[in-house]
Amino acid sequence: MRPAAVVGTGQTHHAAKRLDVSMAGLCREAVDRAMADAGVDWPDIDAVVLGKAPDLFEGVMMPELFLADALGAVGKPLLRVHTAGSVGGSTGNVAASLVQSGVHDRVLAVAFEKQSESNAMWALSVPTPFTMPVHAGAGGYFAPHVRSYIRRAGAPEHVGAMVAAKDRRNGAKNPYAHLKQPDITVESVRASTMLWDPIRYDETCPSSDGACAVVISSEPTSGRAAWIRATAMRTEPTTFAGRDQVNPQAGRDAASALWKQAGITDPLSQVDAAEIYVPFSWFEPMWLENLGFTDVGQGWKLTEAGQTEIGGLLPVNPSGGVLSSNPIGASGLLRFAEAAMQVMGTAGEHQVDGARVALGHAYGGGSQFFAMWVVGSEKP
Amino acid sequence: MTRPLSAPLDVGFDYTRSLGPTLGRFLSDLRRRRVTGIRGSDGRVHVPPLEYDPVTAERLSEFVEVAATGVVRGWSWTPEPLEGQPLDRPFAWALIQLDGADTSLLHAVDAGSPEGISTGARVRARWRGDRVGAITDIECFEISDAPADPPAEADDVTMVTTPVNLHYTHSASPTEDPFLRGLMEGRLIAQRCPECEKVYFPPRPACPTDGVPTTDQVDLADRGTITTFCVVNVPFLGQRIPPPYVSAYVLLDGADIPFLHLLLGVAPEDVRMGMRVEAVWKPREEWGPTMQNIDHFKPSGEPDAPFDSYSQHL
Amino acid sequence: MRDIAVVGFAQTPCVRETDGTTNGVEMLVPIFHEVLGGLGLTKADIGFWCSGSSDYLAGRAFSFVSAVDAIGAFPPIAESHVEMDAAWALYEAWVKLLCGEVDTALVYGFGKSSAGQLRRVLAMQLDPYLVTPLWPDTLGLAGIQARMGIEAGLWDERSMAAVAARSRAAALSNPLAQLSGTVSADELLDLPYVAEPLRRHDCAPITDGAATIVLAAGDRARELCERPAWITGFEHRTDSPSFGTRDLTTSPSAVAAGKAAGADGVEVAELHAPFTHQEILLRQALGLGDDVGVNPSGGVLAGNPMFSAGLARIGEAARRVHDGTASKVLGHATSGPLLQQNLVCVMEGRE
Repeated sequence: MRPAAVVGTGQTHHAAKRLDVSMAGLCREAVDRAMADAGVDWPDIDAVVLGKAPDLFEGVMMPELFLADALGAVGKPLLRVHTAGSVGGSTGNVAASLVQSGVHDRVLAVAFEKQSESNAMWALSVPTPFTMPVHAGAGGYFAPHVRSYIRRAGAPEHVGAMVAAKDRRNGAKNPYAHLKQPDITVESVRASTMLWDPIRYDETCPSSDGACAVVISSEPTSGRAAWIRATAMRTEPTTFAGRDQVNPQAGRDAASALWKQAGITDPLSQVDAAEIYVPFSWFEPMWLENLGFTDVGQGWKLTEAGQTEIGGLLPVNPSGGVLSSNPIGASGLLRFAEAAMQVMGTAGEHQVDGARVALGHAYGGGSQFFAMWVVGSEKP
Repeated sequence: MTRPLSAPLDVGFDYTRSLGPTLGRFLSDLRRRRVTGIRGSDGRVHVPPLEYDPVTAERLSEFVEVAATGVVRGWSWTPEPLEGQPLDRPFAWALIQLDGADTSLLHAVDAGSPEGISTGARVRARWRGDRVGAITDIECFEISDAPADPPAEADDVTMVTTPVNLHYTHSASPTEDPFLRGLMEGRLIAQRCPECEKVYFPPRPACPTDGVPTTDQVDLADRGTITTFCVVNVPFLGQRIPPPYVSAYVLLDGADIPFLHLLLGVAPEDVRMGMRVEAVWKPREEWGPTMQNIDHFKPSGEPDAPFDSYSQHL
Repeated sequence: MRDIAVVGFAQTPCVRETDGTTNGVEMLVPIFHEVLGGLGLTKADIGFWCSGSSDYLAGRAFSFVSAVDAIGAFPPIAESHVEMDAAWALYEAWVKLLCGEVDTALVYGFGKSSAGQLRRVLAMQLDPYLVTPLWPDTLGLAGIQARMGIEAGLWDERSMAAVAARSRAAALSNPLAQLSGTVSADELLDLPYVAEPLRRHDCAPITDGAATIVLAAGDRARELCERPAWITGFEHRTDSPSFGTRDLTTSPSAVAAGKAAGADGVEVAELHAPFTHQEILLRQALGLGDDVGVNPSGGVLAGNPMFSAGLARIGEAARRVHDGTASKVLGHATSGPLLQQNLVCVMEGRE
């Protein structure tokens, strides 16, 4: 397998409604930035991979087809990936494999979601005959599992609020973030409305329009490169008898394959920054354990000790993460791109000093699909 | 063998699409009975205007006004129009090259019969009276070599609403079918995997860990244990009970997997993981093939189940 | 690059309507059993899984999520999914094998087209601002393309009917086909139009079905299969969605994919042509001469299971290598309106 690197990243300004652009315009805002960052032009791109969550969100079946002109894909190979909420991450991994395999030299990966075209809650809850309607709303699916985590880990109740306050403060340093709340505090999060007990309003992700793009290449094009040291994807059924929904095996398996491939034996000391898919605050400690950064039941202690802040032992979501911007299909690729930006040193105000190795992580809504990569500043 | 139960599934939504500068200009102009194209990198005038060039992928910006009259470049005949199509009587789909354009627009032609249309025929736009800034502002094209109606004043549009209404038939799986028919009789029928022997309620088309169809039916009682839960404090679209209330995972006795249902009859702050519950059924005359026959669960009054008895179901 | 081959293929019967759900599990369980059993493998032997399907075909979001129940995906599996025909999932799996981390992959596609009104569902693939609001249906669009070719002298209604007659006759030897029989082009031309110039026989039927292929690399392929169908060229390309700007009587993406994949010299080609005139168009685009056997299975005119039909073309072509009746074959898949995307997989047997 030959080396491949991220050589350019781009993203949109994320917002609840990007009413100034069409879907094509939204994608191109990210794509044009990524290509400029990489210093490449359309003839340099061999293939395009598009990732997006369910087609019902935008009401377009296989939107890569109508977007082919805007994606510069005419005359080129164009793949459309869809692996639920992890899709942005899978998009990065599939694009990486096109270069690593030697099939292509430079590939453009794009992911987007324009949630304002419809209503995600509607699209996800079209009443299917014979199926019990979910009578709990968006967070009602996640909240019981968060409760299970808190019980199993014996975590104190304020840890979720600490995550939310940190991510929103980080988001204020990210010019592209949807939510920018520099003055948020643990106390203000705890004072926010309890929506799905134990999840409060300020502990939930927004609904965003946005896109992300990365250029992956076999050779540096601009001088900067985030070398892809490892990729991993794992899947398990959404529900089955005896399933561990708090610490799913698929996530543990993906992480152990990832660390092994990257030659990482002690993730906590060897990884300098992590962009982890945290749509509800408590998923930070849950995924810290699932990813093997800490032992089971200990993730919350890392958060509580402030070690996941920028400047801590393991800065988590220095970009503000999903809690600050959530264009669903793009959220995973944003994590991957932000990890690359950290090791390329292009993260601006939310740069982690001296970051050389970073994790990008994404998962699907039912915690059944996982996609991850590790990028580093050194060529493997 | 009877066929599994099936029922209609309608997927309908009015999508709200922001247009951006190129599509916005085109649809605003349609509202004014004007047709605007855009010049591509190879000099061709594209109608409808393309946001990005199909050859170079560059963003296009040089608008060119063209006529609302043109020539049929290709067509087919629709003897029986489908829902949503421009005309409700037989018509032609056609690619129409408008005068001043180099590429063709797809639309309907009201030609009466296939004999009324041919490639090369002259057509003009038939404008809708109540124009909103949509491709359907052109009701259709008609065979004519006369000019189209003159432009009119109208405000710009930046959004278009595109309704989508699709109709499906949703079928239950053969394993789900006895479960649904059982519900109509007030029975809770689970299925056991022949390989791992886990009991699935509701049954699945195949055991998710063994990939084999489940075979043995198992009748379960309508009581069990709350594994975990959340308190819903937030109102949302389609909600049927005023918050706060509890949405809980219920593990029926004898089943190996919990399912989400409502828990009522207890103050939310008194609900605990491990609480024992029983089903409260709707009146028998309201029963159908649905888990909603159980209106909700309520505490049974039994002592809480120990954590170890359900911890592997979290 | 590593040598990778198609070593196993299975598909369901092509039928107008199945009883099962839209998540494909009932269709997939038996063909997984068939393909793995035939190779002496279990799910644990598969290094990578990849599938193709569509939420809009099923009428609900995340329809592919439940399909993994058919695998029994625990312990967890390395897996991915494309919202495309599964031929593109095969491409993703081929790339994964080329990376060298794994030696085997199982690819599958499924679709229950009968659940919705296919002609309207596919209108959702068009430009959502300016074209879908008119609800053009697949037959109406294909009819325009057919007429343009007729008026350009590239084909006529008789040559189109001849394609249908040959397809149905070929399908007599395919027990999984939906439509087969002996019928002459003259008899077909007596039938009425459904979207002039198209008659019913010019259009692929509506079909429920699923298909699966197992890929293996190098020595693993030789262990599993006496005559592996080695992939010597695998390419796909895309055309502009703006069909008013392109010449609909040819397909630049098919021409480019065929050229890059090395279509010259194939003996058998399975073409994913949902309309009779598209088979003629694709033969021309891929440069297939009269000596090439096209669609010996009957092709999709004999059964068109959406999202697995392209994968099944590659499987049907590979089968001619497996059974020794051909040494160089081509499988083709298309996606999108009016042949917008085209994929070509060229495979060879080796002594």
